[in-house]
Amino acid sequence: MSALGRRLGGLAACAALAAPGASQDWAGQDLAVRAGTIHTMAGEAIRDGVVVVVDGRIAAVGPASEVAIPDGVPVLEAAVVTPGLIDAHSVVGLSGYLNSPHDQDQVERSAPIQPDLRAIDAYNAREPLVAWVREHGVTTLHTGHGPGALVAGETMIVKTRGETVDEAVVVPRAMLAATLAESALTEEEGKSPGTRGKAVAMLRQRLIAAQEYLGKRASGDEETGRDLALESLGRVLEGEIPLLLTAERHQDIASALRLQREFGFRLVLDSGAESYLLTDEIRAAGVPVIVHPPMVRPSGERENASMETAARLAEAGIPVALQSGYEAYVPKTRVVLFEAAVAAAHGLGFEGALAAITRDAAELLGIADRVGTLEPGKDGDLALYDGDPFEYTSHCLATVIEGVVVQDGPR
Amino acid sequence: MGKAMRSAGRRLVAWSAICLAAGTWAGRADAEIRAFVGAEILPIAGEPIPEGTLLVRDGTIEAVGPVGEVAVPAKAEVHDVAGKVLMPGLVDTHSHVGGGWAADDSAPIQPAVRNLDSIDARDPGFQRARAGGLTVLNVMPGSGHLLSGQTTYLKLREAGTIDDLLIHTADGRIAGGMKMANGTNPRGEPPFPGTRGKAAALVREQLVKAQEYRAKVGAAAGDPEEVPERDLAMEALVEVLEGERVVHHHTHRHDDILTVLRLREEFGFRLVLQHVSEAWKVADEIAAAGVPSSIIVIDSPGGKLEAIDISMENGRALEEAGAFVGFHTDDWITDSRLFLRSAALAVRAGMSREGALHGLTLAGATMLDLAERTGSLEPGKDADFIVLSGDPLSVYTQVLETWVEGEKVFDRARPEDRLAAEGGWGAGTVRREPIACFDEEMGR
Repeated sequence: MSALGRRLGGLAACAALAAPGASQDWAGQDLAVRAGTIHTMAGEAIRDGVVVVVDGRIAAVGPASEVAIPDGVPVLEAAVVTPGLIDAHSVVGLSGYLNSPHDQDQVERSAPIQPDLRAIDAYNAREPLVAWVREHGVTTLHTGHGPGALVAGETMIVKTRGETVDEAVVVPRAMLAATLAESALTEEEGKSPGTRGKAVAMLRQRLIAAQEYLGKRASGDEETGRDLALESLGRVLEGEIPLLLTAERHQDIASALRLQREFGFRLVLDSGAESYLLTDEIRAAGVPVIVHPPMVRPSGERENASMETAARLAEAGIPVALQSGYEAYVPKTRVVLFEAAVAAAHGLGFEGALAAITRDAAELLGIADRVGTLEPGKDGDLALYDGDPFEYTSHCLATVIEGVVVQDGPR
Repeated sequence: MGKAMRSAGRRLVAWSAICLAAGTWAGRADAEIRAFVGAEILPIAGEPIPEGTLLVRDGTIEAVGPVGEVAVPAKAEVHDVAGKVLMPGLVDTHSHVGGGWAADDSAPIQPAVRNLDSIDARDPGFQRARAGGLTVLNVMPGSGHLLSGQTTYLKLREAGTIDDLLIHTADGRIAGGMKMANGTNPRGEPPFPGTRGKAAALVREQLVKAQEYRAKVGAAAGDPEEVPERDLAMEALVEVLEGERVVHHHTHRHDDILTVLRLREEFGFRLVLQHVSEAWKVADEIAAAGVPSSIIVIDSPGGKLEAIDISMENGRALEEAGAFVGFHTDDWITDSRLFLRSAALAVRAGMSREGALHGLTLAGATMLDLAERTGSLEPGKDADFIVLSGDPLSVYTQVLETWVEGEKVFDRARPEDRLAAEGGWGAGTVRREPIACFDEEMGR
């Protein structure tokens, strides 16, 4: 394709996907929604209910007969309202939809272990895929460096709004992303890691280096200068942030659990195509799982993936959330609304699937004080639908972030 | 454990194949009659029947109608499908299940190469396709060539070999089309084209050669002295020129779509547009040409530059323009198990429900010249149908059973079939190269 064609194609699609309003004041606003059903995710669903948002925070939620809408507040209507959806692990904003080298920032392959990379330095708030997921009700993204490097970098949590990362950011340094899977192995001669054993050995060596670094810094050793990579690993070792470990095969999941026992860090398992084989071990370790998209292609090391994995983990008492994950080709991202729908239909059920992209995702990400349920005091983040949100033929009518309508019109 | 489970699964498959063979043999002596009673039947060829009976004799539909109007013979095996939905098996006009690559890297146009010589009939993807309710596939070679070879139409019967899956035309040929592509995928270093103009020129050159070859064969009038040496590539292109072999043309961008229409106008081949990602931009032109479109429905944009303007509204746009439209999976791009979802998403974006259901079934059969045999529930057609737990366009609906020519090839109640439908331990295979088509397309 010619460079001109590329530009034109890109521009046309950008225009189609552009956020409403060229410039936007992100100060929280007032808004009310009246809906046939409100899934607060903090108790039973409310029939014929009202949500009132004041200054960007939820002021009241309850039956229309009990909750008054203040005068002058704009009112939206919908059949169904849910909390704004949370994508528990994405690369949106780093892995752009053009899939050209210039918009692919989700993985750095110059070295296998680079914990000092930060998503906040790479997030493109104007990326069309941010708008795309927002149009389907997603208001919060846990995004950053994706699978593909042994240690890929620090993730972040954003709201799907704003024209700059500063307008979007919620948690600038959320987790440290690492991969114990074939995608992080190399076949290049003379390069490592080339095997599973080597990958674990390298990770263990760096974690021990970080332990020693922390010890030296704590003892006031002035010879030891700052090492940002070891600092990041140190944050994991000290429990400030979890290690987000992507693993698909059961033996890689077992290795992740073994490293967690050895070093005592907080572990979040990511993807976990064969995690259903190790439910007892995962539950015993107290480790939550951000499960791969249920529609993931069953190929390569995900050949034994199941659409029922989220259900099987949840049945075993393991905290689960759902994610859009990383896609190398078409489609360039997945949408957690669509993925949760399939999970709902494959064992997780409506409540479980909705929880996996709202309340439970918020708890797993440590942001449940702000988002994930519709309760007074929480952020006014809402998704509005004209029917069951999971039905293929329903539409997302509007998306609201802190009282601001960021998407308006059926999608 | 996995190995043990897999070999147990293979044994089960082998046993069921033997049982089926015995059943078929027994059926010869005494007709096999099955009645499916009480389901909501969507015949596609007619109005939905709220409570209907489908009567199948020896693999062929004998009758379909309201319960009160279809007499069930006393010796019929009766299946109570009350509360279920029964509709024709789904026709996927563009799949890569089973591999089935054809042309190699030596040249951009290779009409002699047949992908049926490389399809793995035991690929687990076939059972996943049955689990999705698919009964007919057009398995295609890839899009990395201007012409990557002959495609193969398959019936998803129980199969151990490719021959078990083949469809033969009335004149004894193996049914299949010809895969072509334009846009960026076929590009490369010479002899592959570097530009769109070169791509069309290379195609034109070969089709003109085929015209000349055909003329020579015709002029020889059977005289062995005059008949040109047999050329399998030219013979296959003559089949294209004669309309015996439909061209399935991968194309994304609006200008590339129009180029395909222009070449068809020039050479008169029969054509199905495949993918047609920017159909919404040129729907009127497609409709005016009277060319059918087999569209893919992707639930997010991006990932491939020339396809970034793809829209879920393609189905609606083509329907509104009066064009003939069906769907495909392009499996691995979308999953055969979720083929119903493609139509449902098109409805989400404004296509009619009737058009979408037609697009999954009879439209595809028509594009493959198989509408006489499959794609709708009508007396005389093959008994290719699916039993669903509910509305075909609902996410909560499961494919319960898939029947091909009167034989059950998928039954969600069987553990090995449930594994194919849901995935899980042992669902994969280590034999196959992971996502071969995927990597190939990525590399282009």
